[in-house]
Amino acid sequence: MSRPDLLAGRVALVTGASRGIGAAIAKGLVEAGATVWLAARTEGALDATLVTLNALGAGEARALYFDVADPAAIKQAFGTIQKADRRLDVLVNNAGILKASMIEMASVEMMDETYQVNLRSVLVASQYAARLMARNGGGSIINLTSIMGAQGFAGQAVYAASKAGVIGVTKSLAKEFAARQIRVNAIAPGAIDTALIEGLSEEKRQETVASIGMGRLGTPEDVAGLSVFLASDAARYITGQVIGVDGGMMV
Amino acid sequence: MAEDLHEIVARALMLDRSAITDDLKYNSIPEWDSVAHMALIAELEAAYDVMLDTDDIVAMSSVGTIREILKKYDVEA
Repeated sequence: MSRPDLLAGRVALVTGASRGIGAAIAKGLVEAGATVWLAARTEGALDATLVTLNALGAGEARALYFDVADPAAIKQAFGTIQKADRRLDVLVNNAGILKASMIEMASVEMMDETYQVNLRSVLVASQYAARLMARNGGGSIINLTSIMGAQGFAGQAVYAASKAGVIGVTKSLAKEFAARQIRVNAIAPGAIDTALIEGLSEEKRQETVASIGMGRLGTPEDVAGLSVFLASDAARYITGQVIGVDGGMMV
Repeated sequence: MAEDLHEIVARALMLDRSAITDDLKYNSIPEWDSVAHMALIAELEAAYDVMLDTDDIVAMSSVGTIREILKKYDVEA
């Protein structure tokens, strides 16, 4: 299904790209021919991924190390992209943390950290992305929210709040940026088989699968397909949408 | 030689170059509203190859202050 011409000449940034959904999205964009800046917090975490992606013979993968919780570091990262490529066409705000806790036991520190990583980073990165994108006639911002953002989930009030916030940002910026031809959409994954799910007991896991119409957990690649579409001109008239990738969990 | 600041402002705000002076202020004319300000910022960043701080974008309240603020970025506009 790979189309190396779909995003040829385009420059993308994917945060949280060292594993899980972010890594799959980065791979999808490289396969479609884009130059992709993969971002991660831990120096060296992208070494192996870069080798794999650059051996695909499609686009190009590059590493950027910074903490999305640090606004100054975000600015510096965009400065690097500006100097190297003078453009940005696609921003995927994927980096996120999930710390389950009954609300009575959730610390204020955990609330602040979740807000900074999952929500404030999206606001700050969008500030810089919009200016770089506007120079070249537009772009596509893709925010990762969650089925929990709209539906809620016991033990996940803090995470759900941050992801509901991402939906508000997505719809507001879609309106604010439309005249500049910058599209802003959100992807709401259901239960995807990543490290975030690994913590579940076998019983809970089976219960989750039973609630999915298509009878299986999603894969990171299931989410990547939608990202490539939203990044491309095939989605050129789509903005302000929150699209579920959940195998029929929420219909 | 960096591009002339008045030229950039005129292009971003879609005004005639003769209408631009250093005294021209943000929000003093319909052509320079908050939406046009964002177009102007994108033009400035592209023309001078800088990435402006949010505080500086807010502080750019006239053509003259833009010129002053750009000096912080080693731009003689």
